[in-house]
Amino acid sequence: MGGIHPKTYKFSAGKQIQAAPIPNQAIIPLGHYLGGPSLPIVKAGDRVKVGQMIGQASGFVSANVHSSVSGIVNKLDSHIDASGYNVPSVFIDVQGDEWLESIDRSIEIGRECTLTSTEIIKKISESGIVGLGGATFPTHVKLTPPPGKKAEILIINAVECEPYLTCDHQLMLEKTEEILIGITILMKAIQVEKAIVGIENNKKDAIDLMKKYAKSFAGIEIMSLQVQYPQGGEKQLIDASIGRQIPSGSLPIEVGAVVQNVGTTFAVYEAVQKNKPLIERVITITGKSVKNHSNYRARLGTPLANIVDHAGGIPEDTGKIVAGGPMMGRALVSLEVTVAKGTSGVLFIQTPEAARKKMQNCIRCTKCVVACPMGLEPYLLMSQSERSMWTEMEKDRIMDCIECGCCSFCCPSNRPLLDHLRYGKSSVGKIIRNRQTKK
Amino acid sequence: MNIFLISILTLLFIGAISAVILFFVSKRFQVFENPLIHQVEIALPAVNCGGCGYPGCHGFAVACVSAESLHNLVCTVGGKATMENVANILGKTASPVIPTHAVVHCGGNCEKRPRNNYYDGVSSCAIAHNLYGGETGCTFGCLGLGDCEVVCKFDALHINQVTKLPEIDEEKCTSCNACVKACPKSIIELHNKGIESHRIFVNCVNKDKGETILESCSVACIGCEKCMKECAYDAISVTNNLAFIDSYKCTLCRKCVSVCPTNAIVEINFPLKMSKSFEN
Repeated sequence: MGGIHPKTYKFSAGKQIQAAPIPNQAIIPLGHYLGGPSLPIVKAGDRVKVGQMIGQASGFVSANVHSSVSGIVNKLDSHIDASGYNVPSVFIDVQGDEWLESIDRSIEIGRECTLTSTEIIKKISESGIVGLGGATFPTHVKLTPPPGKKAEILIINAVECEPYLTCDHQLMLEKTEEILIGITILMKAIQVEKAIVGIENNKKDAIDLMKKYAKSFAGIEIMSLQVQYPQGGEKQLIDASIGRQIPSGSLPIEVGAVVQNVGTTFAVYEAVQKNKPLIERVITITGKSVKNHSNYRARLGTPLANIVDHAGGIPEDTGKIVAGGPMMGRALVSLEVTVAKGTSGVLFIQTPEAARKKMQNCIRCTKCVVACPMGLEPYLLMSQSERSMWTEMEKDRIMDCIECGCCSFCCPSNRPLLDHLRYGKSSVGKIIRNRQTKK
Repeated sequence: MNIFLISILTLLFIGAISAVILFFVSKRFQVFENPLIHQVEIALPAVNCGGCGYPGCHGFAVACVSAESLHNLVCTVGGKATMENVANILGKTASPVIPTHAVVHCGGNCEKRPRNNYYDGVSSCAIAHNLYGGETGCTFGCLGLGDCEVVCKFDALHINQVTKLPEIDEEKCTSCNACVKACPKSIIELHNKGIESHRIFVNCVNKDKGETILESCSVACIGCEKCMKECAYDAISVTNNLAFIDSYKCTLCRKCVSVCPTNAIVEINFPLKMSKSFEN
């Protein structure tokens, strides 16, 4: 249902993943978009090694944070992150590159996994792995189905439906076998026999390569999907791959599916087989005016400015810098923002494209209704949000909104539908949470 | 001629029948309302601002009539005179009205708190707040998009186009609480009006550490606690790197104003020759 077809602009496709320079000072954020912030377990003056835990999960829906560099903790302070707010962070002055001995840094592929399901989930939880697609939901929570529910199938999200971004695509080309081993580990963790990897058919090389390697793994099917945004949304992907729809307000486990991002799968492989916690991720540097479109493997906490400088600096006609893709990414306030677990790329948007166009009246063309992948009526929800009609918005299922931005994208009157929907969703969400705590 | 006569007579007949029906219906289905409610409602300012916490002036009138005493029932718009009127009508005693004022706790104007990015989205503080921290380095301060201006029913609050900060007209402000509720950053608070509207308050809401905040704003409270140590009346407390002056304990001695290293504590409405200029 719904969806749009933006131009893909995958300039950086096929560019080898290169290691980003290690910064002089790494600023590792302890906050996550979802879930509680981690509690720091180091203090100023402490010496840390690469892979050492520096932040402890503050609850079940939270994740550990590990040092991505070796050196001395300078201070614990707040630092701006991609959300535009200050979050508690650990500042580490880098000295050398000394790794924990327990981490296996050899390039040999570890194929055997003898751990049991609970051991795997414990390992993933200890390694601080979160969903690397962007929502950064702790992976161990997703792998632990609520009581009474049983997973039937594992779906791997390798769709990468956001225009411009190529980090998952490139990872699949370079780490094919590791990803497939990661998938078998995840299948073992949630005790399912079948896994589907969904890839959009504009990544033919990745599909062919994955298919070739998947022959030697039991139960993994590579599925070629049509190009459509937002197919990388959990609910959309489940519908596209196994044809099941999730009831409003429920989680994918309701239809027996567990969805994981392909980047997460690779992180799981590294955590379980190589004992390496989540300390680096692949990010794409791209944009229409960027000369060196590139994919980097960057340590968490590296200031984006360092990586951008390495890729050739900010293009002159840049009007907006976005962390993530053009559809769901967030405009950055400064390049002092550091690489976080959910940073999938840095996108430079040219000045004329960055400016908002003049808003006009709604002409009731219903393009937004057709485009909404969740079957909502964005034009109606926007006018309700403008009038603070929270009860009506809740009835019209604002909480189902996945904030994909299809409505704003296709509006011929340039109405800021997404802004109002997001505001409405957060207001209604607050009301619902208050109601639940009162009970 | 005949046709006119018939028309007029028919209409008169229908009118008479309807009048009889309406008369009996109104007698049969009459809803009794305490006449005091109407009297109280007339005595109220009839602005329906909701500052009392009830849905409009009628709701407040109902609450006053049904309550046993007028304790905690205050019309902030009408103030003392109105509440005494209401008390006379109802034969109850009015609870004392402490006059309050809305106060904006942010002094970061364009000069003191320079912009580092440009927002061109929907002109609403609530939406901008939902998106990110704001156009300046301070993520706690005023966004300047004027949600408070929109909700003010008394024309008492306007965004100053030079400083991009809201300014409150004290003559017009009725402390109805609408702007306090509308501000997503919780910058506006109601304060004790004090003697001759003399007031001292901390003109900042930033909870960051001192060194971080001074990078983005030069008039921010850095939580140095100098004012707390200076205050002899235990009116100042510092939590989360932010000082707070309890306006009910403050004796307006103004010692804290002079010790503040960043001029984050401001005094207003004091005689001019005595005070450091507020605008400065």
